[in-house]
Amino acid sequence: MSAGRNGALFGAKRLAARAVGVASRSSGRGGGTTLPGRLLLRLDREAIAKLGSGLDAGSTLVSATNGKTTTAAMLAALLAAEGRVPVHNRAGSNMTWGIATALLEQRGREGLFEVDEAWLPRVAAQLEPGLIVLGNLFRDQLDRYGETEALADEWARTVAARAGRTRFVLNADDPLVADLGREGAVYFGIDDPDQALPELQHAFDARHCRRCGQPYAYERAFVGHLGHYSCPSCGARRPRPDVAATRVELHGMEGSTATVRLPGGELRLDLPLPGLYNVYNALGAIAAALELGVEPARIGPALAGMRGAFGRVETVAVEGKPLSILLVKNPAGTNEVLRTLRLEAGEGELDLWVGLNDRIADGRDVSWIWDADFELLAGAVRRVTCAGTRAPEIALRLKYAGWPEDRIAIVPGIEPALDAAVAAAPGQLFALPTYTALMELHKLLASRGLTEEFWR
Amino acid sequence: MKLRLLALYPEQMNIYADRGNILFLQRRCEWRGIEFSYAAAGPGEGLDPGAHDLLYLGGGQDRDQRAVAADMVAGKRDGLAAAIDDGIAMLAVCGGYQLLGHSYQLGEERLSGLGLVDLETVREPGERLIGNVAIEADLGDGPRTIAGFENHGGRTYLGEGAKPLGRVVKGFGNNGKDGHEGVRRDNLIGTYLHGPLLPKNAWLADRLIALALERRYGSPPELEPLDDRLELAAQECARAAALA
Repeated sequence: MSAGRNGALFGAKRLAARAVGVASRSSGRGGGTTLPGRLLLRLDREAIAKLGSGLDAGSTLVSATNGKTTTAAMLAALLAAEGRVPVHNRAGSNMTWGIATALLEQRGREGLFEVDEAWLPRVAAQLEPGLIVLGNLFRDQLDRYGETEALADEWARTVAARAGRTRFVLNADDPLVADLGREGAVYFGIDDPDQALPELQHAFDARHCRRCGQPYAYERAFVGHLGHYSCPSCGARRPRPDVAATRVELHGMEGSTATVRLPGGELRLDLPLPGLYNVYNALGAIAAALELGVEPARIGPALAGMRGAFGRVETVAVEGKPLSILLVKNPAGTNEVLRTLRLEAGEGELDLWVGLNDRIADGRDVSWIWDADFELLAGAVRRVTCAGTRAPEIALRLKYAGWPEDRIAIVPGIEPALDAAVAAAPGQLFALPTYTALMELHKLLASRGLTEEFWR
Repeated sequence: MKLRLLALYPEQMNIYADRGNILFLQRRCEWRGIEFSYAAAGPGEGLDPGAHDLLYLGGGQDRDQRAVAADMVAGKRDGLAAAIDDGIAMLAVCGGYQLLGHSYQLGEERLSGLGLVDLETVREPGERLIGNVAIEADLGDGPRTIAGFENHGGRTYLGEGAKPLGRVVKGFGNNGKDGHEGVRRDNLIGTYLHGPLLPKNAWLADRLIALALERRYGSPPELEPLDDRLELAAQECARAAALA
């Protein structure tokens, strides 16, 4: 078969797949985010490579256990400040079919894709990215990803295979990520000792040196196992970050401010997203933007204008009461959400809705709730409504975290649970859904005209 | 009354929510006025068989499990064997369960276990055994349900004389073939049901507490009933997920 006919055949497959997306959305059934990509990949396994080769300015991949959607959204905002609009899987569908769908439905010269951590090797092999940004590796959905160290081994093979062809932006504070570095990697990290946790958290996933297997010595930790470490045995140390937050101030749900050291100066970061974890996301996005040629002077203002990436942080009014939604999906990310909420309210003033689902995208195994430090909010809660397919199990976890049992309600259905929680809250309500609970919550809010459906 | 819990290698063997099991035991003792003490034994430390009432060994990542196996054989095996012979209550989960047998396989490599129970763990072609699971077990007070989640690549086979913890109602169990799950020897329980096994099965936590106290104080204790509405709802939820 000639190359020309091959190309024509692929073009036909592409048209068919794109038409499916249009039909799916106009039928009003929703879920058009990934259907075209799924179909195209079924027709042609090399579809991503073929579509990606049309991006003549190259692609950037962003991966991490936590923060990839937000980091990619921040990087998109920084590129937008330069008038650059990448092809971008912005709705967070980050496996091959989500990327294929974005490539099918958008036009652009460059690509920006967040990639599921387990899919990174396959996507990197097909897309030939010019830049890869790696944020962190935490314990997450063991049933889907396997052991954290095994995943780090896979990443190491990908990084080694791409040496000389791809540049890397790496988190200096995560030894599982920093150690992937080769000559020339760009590092980011936090250099403000005042942000250190008082003690190492339970969910601590990098005890042993990647090089020699001996335990790391930690001078301080900021988020989970992210921090300042060294190996007393072989001398491996945290690399000095090229982009570093030297002074950070957290302002609860309002966001944070920071001074950021750059290779050629300093910038003032005024971030409207809460928590130290979002400072890490911003640092990764800044380091990547500099690599992609974004003017440093544009960075501060562009990030100051950010809204939360879809669902990660957002506030809508329900029955006149502000409802803030914060995604929870694994211990490290949940701990950061709990720390942020702890700053929000005094004793017994927090009203919460927690949605724990066990669908495939959430991880079928909900054991992780016992590794998250719900104890942090034991005295702070006025009422919590537990929803989702595993509602009784999160309720039990909260009881054993020391939350008073008479303040814990179980209402499995997403909608009745939300109505009950809104009715019981005198004001601000916080919703903590897992991924598919977030999707259900969004659909519900959209059906009431409170938010737009995200895929439109 | 006092219950002395010893966690074996908590720094290395805590891959998934193992602290939930320990927290659950602690709260249920404290709510009944039973004093609870927690001690840990890590690498290089011995084990005094008379000093503890309940032993806990969780699962670990491959690298940690390998180091722990070697250290246990060298420094804790004899103390552990004496304690188990003496009827100490012990719960070993997932990787910790595999370590109790004669040998287990890590990749292509066959490693020696503690040889405390008659079982071995091998690799077989096929997927990891992952999913919700429900088993039926009788720990001396009638058949009861244990619900949980399993996630293991290894297949475990019991020897002629070894007794399983229970019969698989739904899920894979030891090897996905013979319908057995876990192992029981005296008051030692080994199981693939990982993570918050005890929070999902409050009766099992209480049974372990009772067995531990009986060995220490000579007669079965009367455990005061607790308000277990959430505990029962959680077990029903986990059981329903397995049977779905």
